[in-house]
Amino acid sequence: MSITEIDFQAQGAESAQEASGPVEGRTQWQLTWRRLRSDRVSMIALGVVILMIVLAVIAPVFAGITHHPVDTSYPNQGENAYGNPVGPFTNGFWLGSDSVGRDVFVRILYGARVSLEVGIITTAIAAFLGVAIGLMAGYFGGIIDTVLGRLTDAVLAFPYVILALALAEAFGPSLTIILIVITFFSWAGIARIVRGQTLAIKEREYIEAARSIGAGPFRIMFVDILPNLLAPVLVVATLYIPNAIVFESTLSFLGLGIQPPTPSWGNMLADAENFYQVAWWYLLFPALFLLITTLAFNLLGDGIRDAMDPRTERLIAARRMRGLRAKRRKAAGGSGPDSSLPDPVRAPDGS
Amino acid sequence: MGADDNVSSDDNVLVRVENLVKHFPVKAGGFVKHTVGHVHAVDDVSLVIERGKTLGLVGETGSGKSTLARCVAGLIPVTSGTVNFNGRDITNLSRGAMRPLRREVQMIFQDPYSSLNPRRRVGAIIGDPFTVHKTATGAERKRQVQDLMERVGLNPEHYNRFPAEFSGGQRQRIGVARALALRPKLIICDEPVSALDVSIQAQVLNLLADLQQEYGLSYLFIAHDLEVVRHVSDKVAVMYLGRIGEAGPKESLYEHPRHPYSVALLSAASAADPDTAAARQRVILTGDVPSPIDPPAGCRFHPRCPKAQDLCATEEPALVRYKQSAAAEVASPAAAAETVGGEAHLAACHFPVADGESLAAAGTKELA
Amino acid sequence: MAIVGYIIRRVLTGVVVIWLVATAAFFLFFTRPVETVARELAGRAATPAVINEVVAHLGLNEPIMTQYWHFLDNLVHGNLGYSYFTQEAVTTILKQDLPATVSVVIGGTILWLIVGISVGIISATRARSFFDRFSNVAVLIGLSMPVFVIGELLIWLVFQPLYSHGFTWINTGYFPITGGIGPWIGHMLLPWITLASVQAAVYTRLSRGQLLETLGEDYIRTARAKGLSERRVLFRHAVRAALTPVLSQLGVDVGQLLGGVVVVETVFGLGGIGQAAVQAVTQDNLPVIIGVVILAAIFVVVANIIVDLIYAALDPRVRIT
Repeated sequence: MSITEIDFQAQGAESAQEASGPVEGRTQWQLTWRRLRSDRVSMIALGVVILMIVLAVIAPVFAGITHHPVDTSYPNQGENAYGNPVGPFTNGFWLGSDSVGRDVFVRILYGARVSLEVGIITTAIAAFLGVAIGLMAGYFGGIIDTVLGRLTDAVLAFPYVILALALAEAFGPSLTIILIVITFFSWAGIARIVRGQTLAIKEREYIEAARSIGAGPFRIMFVDILPNLLAPVLVVATLYIPNAIVFESTLSFLGLGIQPPTPSWGNMLADAENFYQVAWWYLLFPALFLLITTLAFNLLGDGIRDAMDPRTERLIAARRMRGLRAKRRKAAGGSGPDSSLPDPVRAPDGS
Repeated sequence: MGADDNVSSDDNVLVRVENLVKHFPVKAGGFVKHTVGHVHAVDDVSLVIERGKTLGLVGETGSGKSTLARCVAGLIPVTSGTVNFNGRDITNLSRGAMRPLRREVQMIFQDPYSSLNPRRRVGAIIGDPFTVHKTATGAERKRQVQDLMERVGLNPEHYNRFPAEFSGGQRQRIGVARALALRPKLIICDEPVSALDVSIQAQVLNLLADLQQEYGLSYLFIAHDLEVVRHVSDKVAVMYLGRIGEAGPKESLYEHPRHPYSVALLSAASAADPDTAAARQRVILTGDVPSPIDPPAGCRFHPRCPKAQDLCATEEPALVRYKQSAAAEVASPAAAAETVGGEAHLAACHFPVADGESLAAAGTKELA
Repeated sequence: MAIVGYIIRRVLTGVVVIWLVATAAFFLFFTRPVETVARELAGRAATPAVINEVVAHLGLNEPIMTQYWHFLDNLVHGNLGYSYFTQEAVTTILKQDLPATVSVVIGGTILWLIVGISVGIISATRARSFFDRFSNVAVLIGLSMPVFVIGELLIWLVFQPLYSHGFTWINTGYFPITGGIGPWIGHMLLPWITLASVQAAVYTRLSRGQLLETLGEDYIRTARAKGLSERRVLFRHAVRAALTPVLSQLGVDVGQLLGGVVVVETVFGLGGIGQAAVQAVTQDNLPVIIGVVILAAIFVVVANIIVDLIYAALDPRVRIT
């Protein structure tokens, strides 16, 4: 997902704050949660995300249940007569074994740990850096903005794989390199978005009011501008986590990141490529878990962005009406409109 | 009646602005920007604001009144000229030096919907001045904020509510409370009621008047509506394209306007009042306000003026003092000490409007 | 002519950027302990004798600034050093691997632009139709998948079944265009689809969003009111306005493109520069890595200049800078 992409989505969240809530005293967050709850797709996505996190945390439990520790090979049970991996539900391997007879399912769960750790940690650090830099660039303008802006642009246009290659060569591949490279990439995207939002917010009258009271630039940035940034930053962060996960798996796939025997979805899929003819499960299941996880985060991010936009209320109501009409028509014996397709009801910015 | 009667003695002058000029550069070019022109927002304006009094500043969009206000408030740097506050030169002070002065000069803004941070609670917003200047903290600050809320007519129990939960008029009161917090000497009101319904306008204006009485505040009151200005001001100045067209004590200006622009504004304002409607004829100006980037030569108003002659296109009129007797149109060049915002009625026009003169009948520029 | 000045300025900036990258690479690699550097330059299988020879030959014990100077000097003369591992000049290695990479890049880029933009346009004009919803779902999936997963899935689900049933046109591995267009496309088809897929998804969403926004603007309503046919409105006015920011996005995405190329080459065994780079890491083959880094910098700079020129040609406001 490119920066401009995420920029559009963040703008959607920011413009939402213009329309204020009803005079009942509910905060913006309470309203957002209410809207989010009514969005079935987002709730499912949230459920999947929570499920993955739980699974990752309790991975050792599954290692215990199956009696297959994550790094142990089982050449006897794990390989069939030809020395090839065994399929799902054979010999106690829930999702089959891999090329050296290890339990695929357990390794997938441990791989989830890596992916989620990398995704969340890098995004958190990147958000912190990105907000700080974007705020300063946007607020101070002038030479600071030019310098920081150029720096951000340069970092954004950077071919990351090349950087990862170079670092892996210089220092040897490792988790640390992945963390550094991914954080380095992510902060720039977040900084650019924060800078854009800051520029817009800076022109508002309440900022001028704060200056007229005598507030200094740092107070204005952190007390007045920052609270208005939290919404778009949350959306961006949720969308950057899957980016980080994909990035980590790509780097591990290329051999530049997590090294075997430590499992990572990336290096598992790298190995699986050589065995796809005899062990399709080794390819399919890690890929499936990867896809479902990133898809869930993406849908959740989209959902949060829509939930922050009050215009969505109308769209939700419209959707409900369509559902009702379909039900009525079915009850009357006809065929309703095809409502089984996921309804990509997104904010009217068209994405 | 000597010339001295018209000079505002320094004792009762709170703000003195002299020859203020503010130009904004217009930049063009994609990569390397260069300046191609200037917006002449404020062009050589001098005025005074007396203690405890209100100077009303009227003009259309583009007249420079908001820019002037911000220059006085120290929010934007001045191109040239001086601003004196309470005897002290505060022109272009650094942010640090300006800081203590911010306690004495405050601002109220036009848009009740964007002048308050929607993410913060009202108690925090009003309490901001106390926090920034470290004059009160914790429970003491809350108490003072609630006192302020009460004073401006808000319910102190709403301390923890968000701005979204208040009406437009109430939000302006919040703005007033915030401005009042540190007991400033001068409050600059930038069109504080323009965005409100007429019935609410009166309430807010009355509040401002009460506060002025109670706390001895001085106001620089900016508006585009002459009726509103009349209600609150002691002295009034009319701006056009960055310059002062006419100024004086309010009765004098309202009853004996001399500048054709003032006459036109007044005719529009009082059209709704049946008593004066008959007396005044609607003067409709042709054309749009020219851009302040390239102001017309000579008198800036001449392209739209019903009384314009050739002289107006070449020579810029100076501010001239008019006697306040009803019949006479006698003028004398303004003495150096006479200034906008003082007791003198001044106007800058080569062919001022006499009492009873109808612009509708004027020669050159016709009405629609 | 202003445009000539513009080009000159961009080229100069580009040269500075490449110089900076080369310097960074130098300091990254050569400021480490001499043995490490020597071993990497000599290749993993080098004996101590070879390593000493390398140290002597390259003057690795000389002061850093002298080494830096040699490095730059070589660079300017087009000498990227030698892979002692295979006894080949790095430039030779890269030249051999270049055609494969170029094939992938060009084909993939064209495919992604065409698919991305046309699907985006069609989606925008038929908003909320079945096509639109379907493509939105496809876009979402495309955005969520790493390139290598798509590649592997294609191999498993497309290549393998076809191949095992005797349909060998679709193949993996590289086949030079000089051997015939048909087989070349057959070998390149899956890599192109893989490379294009993720980026196409991004550009579809982008084009769709931009076009929807543009279509809502006043001047489009005016054009319609004038009686222009919907098609004319679309292509002469709306698309042009909507696409310019999309194209400028290309400049930024060059970095992504390079990443994608490395992955695609590795998955499909195409033996291009990307795959050479990855192998060089596992073999500790430093000269190749440095060569790739510098080549990548050159590519990014040139691509950005080209995109900027196209953008300037399309959007007159940008031209005089």
